[in-house]
Amino acid sequence: MTTLDTRPPGPGAPEKAPLWARYQHGHHWRTAADEFDACKLGFWLFLTTEVLLFGGIFCAYFIFRSLYPAAWQEGSQSLDWRWGGLNTVVLLLSSYTMAASIYAIQTNQQARARRNLLITLVFGGAFLCIKFLFEYLPKWTGWHFDPTLAHGALFHFVEGYGGKRPGSLFTYPFATDPHMPLWWSIYYCGTAIHALHVVIGMALIARVYVRAGRGHYGPSHYTMVEMTGLYWHLVDLIWIFLFPLLYLIH
Amino acid sequence: MSTHDVPHDSHDPRGLHDAHGHHASYLAPKETFWATVKDWATTVDHKKIGVMYLFAILFMFFLGGAAAMAVRLELWEPVRVVTSTTPSGTTTTEVTGQLFAADAEGTSIGPGNNVYNRIFTLHGAIMVFMVIIPSIPASLGNFFLPIMLGAKDVAFPRLNLLSWYVYLFGSIFAVTSIILGGVDTGWTFYTPYSTTTDAQHWRVVFMILGAFILGFSSILTGLNFVVTVHKLRAPGMGWFDMPLFVWAIYSAAVIQVLATPVIGITLMLLVFERVFRIGIFDPALGGDPVLYQHFFWFYSHPVVYVMILPGMGIINETIAVHSRKKIFGYRAIAFASLGIAAVSFLVWGHHMFTSMSELASTVFSALTFLVAIPTAVKVFNWIATLYKGSIAMNTPMLYTLIFLFLFSIGGLTGLPLGTLSTDLHLHDSYFVVAHFHYVMMGGTMMGLMAGIHHWWPKMFGKMYAEKPAMIAALIVFVGFNITFFSQFFLGTQGMPRRYASYVDEFQFLHQVSTVGSWLLLLGFLLHAGVFIHSLTQGRPAPQNPWGGLTFEWEAASPPIEHNFEHEPICRHGPYDFESTVPPGWKPEDYPLPPATAPVPQGVVVARH
Repeated sequence: MTTLDTRPPGPGAPEKAPLWARYQHGHHWRTAADEFDACKLGFWLFLTTEVLLFGGIFCAYFIFRSLYPAAWQEGSQSLDWRWGGLNTVVLLLSSYTMAASIYAIQTNQQARARRNLLITLVFGGAFLCIKFLFEYLPKWTGWHFDPTLAHGALFHFVEGYGGKRPGSLFTYPFATDPHMPLWWSIYYCGTAIHALHVVIGMALIARVYVRAGRGHYGPSHYTMVEMTGLYWHLVDLIWIFLFPLLYLIH
Repeated sequence: MSTHDVPHDSHDPRGLHDAHGHHASYLAPKETFWATVKDWATTVDHKKIGVMYLFAILFMFFLGGAAAMAVRLELWEPVRVVTSTTPSGTTTTEVTGQLFAADAEGTSIGPGNNVYNRIFTLHGAIMVFMVIIPSIPASLGNFFLPIMLGAKDVAFPRLNLLSWYVYLFGSIFAVTSIILGGVDTGWTFYTPYSTTTDAQHWRVVFMILGAFILGFSSILTGLNFVVTVHKLRAPGMGWFDMPLFVWAIYSAAVIQVLATPVIGITLMLLVFERVFRIGIFDPALGGDPVLYQHFFWFYSHPVVYVMILPGMGIINETIAVHSRKKIFGYRAIAFASLGIAAVSFLVWGHHMFTSMSELASTVFSALTFLVAIPTAVKVFNWIATLYKGSIAMNTPMLYTLIFLFLFSIGGLTGLPLGTLSTDLHLHDSYFVVAHFHYVMMGGTMMGLMAGIHHWWPKMFGKMYAEKPAMIAALIVFVGFNITFFSQFFLGTQGMPRRYASYVDEFQFLHQVSTVGSWLLLLGFLLHAGVFIHSLTQGRPAPQNPWGGLTFEWEAASPPIEHNFEHEPICRHGPYDFESTVPPGWKPEDYPLPPATAPVPQGVVVARH
């Protein structure tokens, strides 16, 4: 049962404190610190479920890799490790800016916090753009995106490049190993489900950004920022595992 | 209740106090009907959420039960194709004994069984995903876990409400699939059939998505409970002062959190396989259908312990209270619960002995025997608790005894299934069907019935009619045994499961089983009648009708909105019947046994 003071401030009353300073913890908790600790425990449990979810994909990856090593070799080589590496750097930087925003909130540097959240969002968006424009699009369709306009137009088609699609949708004409469709299934399942989590993470960050603008978070209350940070770090961590397993097989 | 009767009090805008200033019960309606509906629809009160789950689960139980009645009706007679030649020479073929007409495709036995296949899939999917997995944790667990810990609510009340709505949403997906014609794959959705069956895409996908969404409800509930047990215990309550019901719910919650994501990814991959043919379960593309079975059972085996552990948790409570005796071997039972949860992750292969190598099968068989040990420890401890107890013969105790009997049979019949040599004969036969019905229904559902009757006075503030309830319990018990014991014989004699028809020699036992199912229906209808009568005309319940010692008996019947008037402090163990007067009882009504030895210096005997 929360008791909000709804009476208007009388003459000489102090200026209304920001929202984070007026935060009332849930009435079933004795202190706000108890609530924060519980939220952290709960969120780590949730992250464990996410790890187990991806565990299924990694399990399938390892099973089929041991069955069809040649296909895995060929598949990994047809991935461009430079784009993957760039995406890795992008996510690592975004994890840094996310952590920086948490630190800024803890020290009540609201503008700096919001700036870092925004940069994190931009990095997340950059990850998705690189993934979609430079990896998914050319592999699936053969259409390459070239912002330098070296081929005249923004998009240009490369014959015999596309068709690298999962399972029965596979139409790439130059595969040497018969199990290539399976490699592409694992690639798309893993990276697409990861990309979905990037989108979810970005939605969380956007919400925190908007609420930070309204003063919801400060040194005494920043639970949601911390939880969003944890989620974003997990998204980053999953990519750290996906990247070498997919891109760096020799 | 018109708005004129209830004074709108600006100091009590949420109407938590009644006219005398006492706190109102959580069931008290609001000023208008729609205000009450809105209150229940947006509540974060674990009690209301638990009650809503309870009624949804009981409703789904009747739905799944209706499907079971249909299955048993079909099996009354085998399907016979009778060819007769009239004197004029024309030959007519007639199909008899087939209750569910074939599809438009034809009248032959094959496609006709499609309807039967959809009905048993419906039965399995509803019972597993919408009834048994959430049954005790979501209903009684939600209601009583916080109260038993002395808390005002679970750790994340809003997440609890989300779990409820996700459960509804997932159930809607599944029911939609059924309305659109259902799915004929069996609740296990084995590949390659589930990815190639001619049931339309969207029916299969909807059913699988329904199960996927329901998984989220399970995960969030489990997460909530784990954090609640860690962080919201009352002052003075250490881990070993908690009621064993809490230990059981906690162990089940740990499994829910760890295992459910695996079925999540499995079902997601199954949907991709079905819709995009990605090939990981398709041999033509290099995939492996047995991989699906491994993924599926990696979750589905631990989940059977999610089903049974809370049932066992209830038995701890009812057996202690209704024999007024301390549970024998508290720590053994607590650690056994955790042990079962841990070992449950290691034995999934015993569902797939015929799909694996001999070495793998041997390892899984050995591990399966291991999980029987903590289970047996619990059963022995319960019997030891009953010994020299002051046993009250009422519905909760009756269901407890029924549980002990039926679950023991179920557990023991798991052994020939876990043994490789006998399993080769019994795999996919009616023996398996009988085994899992004994543990799931004879175990969990009987535990649920025990718990509902034990806690009914607390939840609804009304007593139920004891004699009719006990008669209903006996009818359920007899009906259950007739229905399912006959199925053990059917299984050993070779009747395969999921078959709509059979050879003539099995007909008698099938008919016995079908008659048993009618008795079961009668028993449960009687229970429904007892519940409705209690809610409408039941005697008001006292605070502590059974003399329990756990915190829920310190709360009012039914509890007020924030459970307790003052935060309870844990001053005695949950089963210290020898030394504690139950809350709400007058000491003169509860003579404690005389001390057989002088109390040592400095020891305080707690008198509540």
